[in-house]
Amino acid sequence: MVSVLRGLFRLLGEAVRDLAPIVLVIVFFQVVVLQQPFPNLDRVIIGLVCVVLGLALFVQGLETGPFPLGESMGEAFAHKGSLVALFLFAFCLGFGTTVAEPALIAVAGEAAKVAAEAGVIAADGAAQDDYAFALRLTVAGAVGCALVVGVFRILVGWPLHYLIIGGYILVMLLTAFAPASIIGIAYDSGGVTTSTVTVPLVAALGVGLAGTIRGRNTLVDGFGLIAFASLTPMIFVLIFGMVI
Amino acid sequence: MGLLEHLLVTAQGTVLDVLPIVAILFGFQFLVLRRRPPNLRRIVGGFVYVLIGLTLFLVGLEEALFPIGETMAGQLTAPEFIGRDPGGGDGGRVVSGWLDYFWVYMFAAAIGFTTTMAEPALIAVSLKAEQISGGSIKSFGLRLAVAAGVSVGVALGSYRIISGTPLPLYIVLGYLVVMFQTLHASKVIVPLAYDTGGVTTSTVTVPVVAALGLGLASAIPGRSPLIDGFGLIAFASLFPIMSVLGYAQLTEWLQARRQKEGDNSHGS
Repeated sequence: MVSVLRGLFRLLGEAVRDLAPIVLVIVFFQVVVLQQPFPNLDRVIIGLVCVVLGLALFVQGLETGPFPLGESMGEAFAHKGSLVALFLFAFCLGFGTTVAEPALIAVAGEAAKVAAEAGVIAADGAAQDDYAFALRLTVAGAVGCALVVGVFRILVGWPLHYLIIGGYILVMLLTAFAPASIIGIAYDSGGVTTSTVTVPLVAALGVGLAGTIRGRNTLVDGFGLIAFASLTPMIFVLIFGMVI
Repeated sequence: MGLLEHLLVTAQGTVLDVLPIVAILFGFQFLVLRRRPPNLRRIVGGFVYVLIGLTLFLVGLEEALFPIGETMAGQLTAPEFIGRDPGGGDGGRVVSGWLDYFWVYMFAAAIGFTTTMAEPALIAVSLKAEQISGGSIKSFGLRLAVAAGVSVGVALGSYRIISGTPLPLYIVLGYLVVMFQTLHASKVIVPLAYDTGGVTTSTVTVPVVAALGLGLASAIPGRSPLIDGFGLIAFASLFPIMSVLGYAQLTEWLQARRQKEGDNSHGS
């Protein structure tokens, strides 16, 4: 019991340490730079208590939930040896977690507005909704493909940087040909795809796979899945912008 | 909206977010792998902690920090604050000197750094990296390096919006720097560095940074919020790759030098 409490206090302490900088920055800019009073101080304080508790619980849960499950699934797939099942799982995990991601829905909506203003699609609501939905499917498909490619790389043991640098060169080439209005959205789409619940699972999955396959190093081969998931959406969205 | 209602609405949203993940995980676990994961009860308990934790975290951020942070981004970029007459009465000076935007850059750098330090996804990846590297990579040090990269990235991204220079120029140059660094970096750190680029921009960073970009692009004449407002997140995911690779190269170089000095003093 004492050790559990001590662990909880340590996590709470770390959460306070991680969050204190943001609070300091916001207080400094509000009071010193903008010289304005703090609105709703009581709500702010309750909110901060929630943030600290939430972060401590999240970190506590990682160690018993997503981490062991991701690793055990990686190991189980490696032992089962069915490539089709593994690739299907990787694609579903990438696609399923991205398509409903709130950040992506927001960005896709904004992108539809840009497209309508640029005259790429009709300015009515239905056309914008279609465009936003197609963009979401494109990004989700890109993340699904990213995890398939990333898992394949772990299996065959290729060095990550050749693939990523190859991807960068592709992004540069496509940038030269893509319409200007899609470029900013394409570049941003790489950053918004990986949600907070997916990341620990995917990281643990890679580590579990790399740890089970003979000759793979968990550090060199286990990481890199998320890197693909932030690269392929850029490529797919640039192509999407050229096709539409 | 009351706090309790806010909590319930957010909890519902978080559960809906996680539902597809859980369906995929358990579908494959039971239909394809056909076995119960070891410690199923502990794992479910862990996911419940993660869900409650994320819900509290999001609600707290939305109650306490996001409204002020977003208003602040708008106020700092407002023409009145920067000291430029919005009516154009200052002799048609379209873009003021970069010093007029001093506080915007300071805010961009500070908010980039601090939101990254609190990013749960980054905490997860850096904990995993510390675990499997046997402690030779320190979780806190890695996060400091990432946060420094985001800080520089967001500040430079703000400069790009203010100066109106093209986004692809910066990103392509950034890629070239990353390629050069990759050739010289230790192979152990490269995948981790690439991964950190993807995880830095998540729950905490995106709302505030996006508000800053949109605020800047709508406050500066000649910028379109819809076109120039995008791109800050791209900066925030590119620069951590450079800073993590750079940090690794620096520690390696320092270690090599210390070893060399140790050898020399030993020899004499």
